[in-house]
Amino acid sequence: MRCLLSTEDLSEARRSLEEKGGDRVRIMVCGDTGCLALGGAEVRRALDEEVQKRGLAGRVEVLSTGCHGFCERGPIVVVKPQDVFYQRVKAEDVPRIVELTALRGEVIDELLYVDPRSGERVVQEEKVDFYRSQKRIIIGEIDRIRPGEIEDYIAIGGYAALVRVLEEMGPEEVIDELKRSGLRGRGGGGFPTGRKWELCRSAAGQPKYVICNADEGDPGAYMDRSLLEGNPHRILEGMLIGAYAIGSEQGYIYVRNEYPLAIENLHMAIKQAKEWGLLGNDILGSGLNFRVKVVRGGGAFVCGESTALMASVEGKRGEPRPKHVHTVESGLWNHPTNLNNVETWANVPTIINRGAEWYRTIGTENSPGTKIFSMVGNINNTGLVEVPMGTTFDQMIYEIGGGIRGGKRLKAIQIGGPSGGCIPAELTGTKIDFDALRELGSMMGSGGMIVMDEDTCMVDIARYFVEFLKEESCGKCTPCREGLYQMGEILRDITSGRGEERQLDLLQELARVMRDASLCALGQTAANPVMSTIRYFRDEYMEHITGKRCPAGICRDLISYSIDPEKCTGCGRCARACPADAISGGKGEPHEIDLAKCIKCGSCYTTCKFDAVMKV
Amino acid sequence: MAKIKLNGVEVWAEDDWTILETLRFYGISVPTLCHQDGLEEYGGCRLCLVEVGEGDRSKLVTSCTHPVWDGLSVRTHSKWAVETRKVVLELLLARCPSSRTLQDMAAQMGLREVRFKPRNQDCVLCGLCVRVCEEQMASGALGFVNRGEESGITTPFDMTSDICRRCGACMYICPACQLRCQGPDAQGTLCGACTSLSPSCLEIYDDVKCYMSETSCGNCIRGQAPRKEEGEKT
Amino acid sequence: MKDEVDISKVESIIDVYGSDREMLITMLHEIQAEYGYLPRDAMVLVSSRLDLPVGQVYGVATFYKAFNLSPKGRHQICVCLGTACHVRGASEVLQSLENTLGIRRGESTEDLEFSLETVNCLGACALGPVVTIDGEYHGNMTPAKVKTLLDNHLQEGDGV
Repeated sequence: MRCLLSTEDLSEARRSLEEKGGDRVRIMVCGDTGCLALGGAEVRRALDEEVQKRGLAGRVEVLSTGCHGFCERGPIVVVKPQDVFYQRVKAEDVPRIVELTALRGEVIDELLYVDPRSGERVVQEEKVDFYRSQKRIIIGEIDRIRPGEIEDYIAIGGYAALVRVLEEMGPEEVIDELKRSGLRGRGGGGFPTGRKWELCRSAAGQPKYVICNADEGDPGAYMDRSLLEGNPHRILEGMLIGAYAIGSEQGYIYVRNEYPLAIENLHMAIKQAKEWGLLGNDILGSGLNFRVKVVRGGGAFVCGESTALMASVEGKRGEPRPKHVHTVESGLWNHPTNLNNVETWANVPTIINRGAEWYRTIGTENSPGTKIFSMVGNINNTGLVEVPMGTTFDQMIYEIGGGIRGGKRLKAIQIGGPSGGCIPAELTGTKIDFDALRELGSMMGSGGMIVMDEDTCMVDIARYFVEFLKEESCGKCTPCREGLYQMGEILRDITSGRGEERQLDLLQELARVMRDASLCALGQTAANPVMSTIRYFRDEYMEHITGKRCPAGICRDLISYSIDPEKCTGCGRCARACPADAISGGKGEPHEIDLAKCIKCGSCYTTCKFDAVMKV
Repeated sequence: MAKIKLNGVEVWAEDDWTILETLRFYGISVPTLCHQDGLEEYGGCRLCLVEVGEGDRSKLVTSCTHPVWDGLSVRTHSKWAVETRKVVLELLLARCPSSRTLQDMAAQMGLREVRFKPRNQDCVLCGLCVRVCEEQMASGALGFVNRGEESGITTPFDMTSDICRRCGACMYICPACQLRCQGPDAQGTLCGACTSLSPSCLEIYDDVKCYMSETSCGNCIRGQAPRKEEGEKT
Repeated sequence: MKDEVDISKVESIIDVYGSDREMLITMLHEIQAEYGYLPRDAMVLVSSRLDLPVGQVYGVATFYKAFNLSPKGRHQICVCLGTACHVRGASEVLQSLENTLGIRRGESTEDLEFSLETVNCLGACALGPVVTIDGEYHGNMTPAKVKTLLDNHLQEGDGV
């Protein structure tokens, strides 16, 4: 650790850290929350113990990195320098990994990924089909460095963009570079970032603030979490550049409460950046002053909305404010404020390093660059995926995603969270970018992409999102609060067999009013999930309304379970699994479900090994 | 001074006015609920919506919070504004059918039907009580709690407040506290009696005897024939 | 029942941040980490130190779902109801937990051993359905695994 007093100091530090790299053996374990949940901490502990036991401390280095992206296959371990990619690693595999791979360079077949098409085992990470079609320019770094470790970040080129900006570019030049790059907000709004910075810079008043919106609330989206956990320095670098361009000296990173590891790693990164002189006063001798505070959220989705976030920072209830005057002119404490999403900030150093022209060669005309998606749901390869804008859904699902889980049929892709809509299977040839998605009645959102198979009920999905938003709405304005309640009641009617066709028209009218009259974007987009499912799956709604049936077998009031006496062996498993004591039958005799007691939980259906339980 | 276009006519407004203040000055009325002269604007009920901007870029904004500026174009009674306000009122009525303020507004706006499920809540969450307590009475005993579905207004910890001075300002200003009239359709969500008010008492008396005056007769709304009381003058 | 709680620690938590209103939510988090919930006296103290009306602090505490205003169980169980977990059967897992523990979401068992909460996405979407117990993540949950999960956790706890 040393305090850098000038840009030359930083370049020199980078050179000396790069030399330390080279060919030494490193075992890199993914330390992201996802892999930890699958036992990653035990793997790391086992590795540390094994290395110590064998006295290999000088020869073999064990370190934790950020997310590798292929979360379905965690815990992930990569052994360098050969780049051997091991997946689904358990603590008991560790002795072999150390003995065979680390020391002898041999590969352990059972831990390798098997390509589902060729059936062959793949050794290197970049040859895995999940990674081949991706373009990991933003997220690619985080599986190579220890989270929050400033030395690792500098060694791979971190803070070089900041140096370039401070040495060679004035604030207006930086803004110009951002504008020419065409970068659009990655939080979902898609507003041109360069333009936002320009408006904030020219707004009157001091002090000005820059904010990083890390309140990633869209269920199903977690790329911001992984970026913050795995490489917090990148966001700090982006914010430093932004602060310089706009003329701000105080930054805030608002992190949602549910991300404790991200908050911890951010604090660590900030502490180190301060020690190295990259935060504080007269940074690198340039005269730039900048400080960052981490503010924790309180568990409110609405605080992802920029004015609600600012209210939250001000110590108030997270209620949005009308944006008659934009936040770039009057935001936090009524001062000019520039708020950007985590991924947007993460793009900034790349644009400065590689240039706006290079950036525009990736992606589409009106949506340059890449986007990180979290591809989750009923898909084989779940995880974080970074692709150029303009990639189609088909490519995402089949080339990268490995197709639908369990060999089922794709039904829809939900994108944009509770503000977004569903893309039906017929439209998966669409190229993904901001404008294309809007035309389809959806929106980019933060990048959560939830893949839904044939066993998903789209009416249930609409109901799910309405229930979610009912709880998360701040409750201030009538159209959102009351509109969501009434939508919820109608959907409850429809999913329990009491629906009427005129209610679909009523839903549409409610949607229009919510869109036009709500105070903030939460209310304005709240009807999107309902509207897009009606648009593409009207037949399914009608089946619930007139047919009183749920074709996908999900809506509890419209399904019932029964046991086929021909198939039932009388093993009694279902009766034991039943939480409502609704199944009776003697040993070896066909069992029966008492429909009056049945709560439709489906435990019997999933437990039966003889396919004897039927869902009607 | 700012020059704005109001319903097609160019007018002047003070720089620090809101659209609503400008409308009031020029005698144009739009419905309001959470607005109260003398209290800070809240912008939550969404009844005072007007259309600003031109063509594709126009949008509905709350006139109580939106400031005027040079070149602003405002339409208070475009079809879009009128119809949206009506649905907003419909939603409010579904929430609180017992409020006379809302019922009167419905009659004025020609709202004939509430298609939504009645919630029969006592509070419309306009926040007037909170603001009058804090700003006018300098007390601050009431506040918003929870959020979304469970939003409410109460004293801290739901306990009797020791800063409350029992002034009654909150009750005075509450639009839900004034109970609706007992019209012919008193059980329904919508009353609408005064839209068809034809005071039959004028056949007997010189003046209306309805509930809006001290004598609180209300016979015509109740669908009863007027009766002359014993000893009463004509 | 009066809130008999020793709130001396609250003073020291507030001291760390001074009268910084920006840190109100952070302060409330730390107070909750100390006591397991937000005692009434603590909130009153915070409001007087930060020069805010009590109603504002109370309004903030009730707005944000992270805060509990009544004591919670010894073990906090949290079920993720994010979309990815939902399509993989999270509501069945929740129902199973409710049935096994005999309480509904947002409640605590009578003996204050367990509290059951839900959250709208923990960000571990690839492993849905996800349940956390005392901050420990458990992925790929099913209704059948619930009983085992609770038993294991109790055993580990008793061993300590």
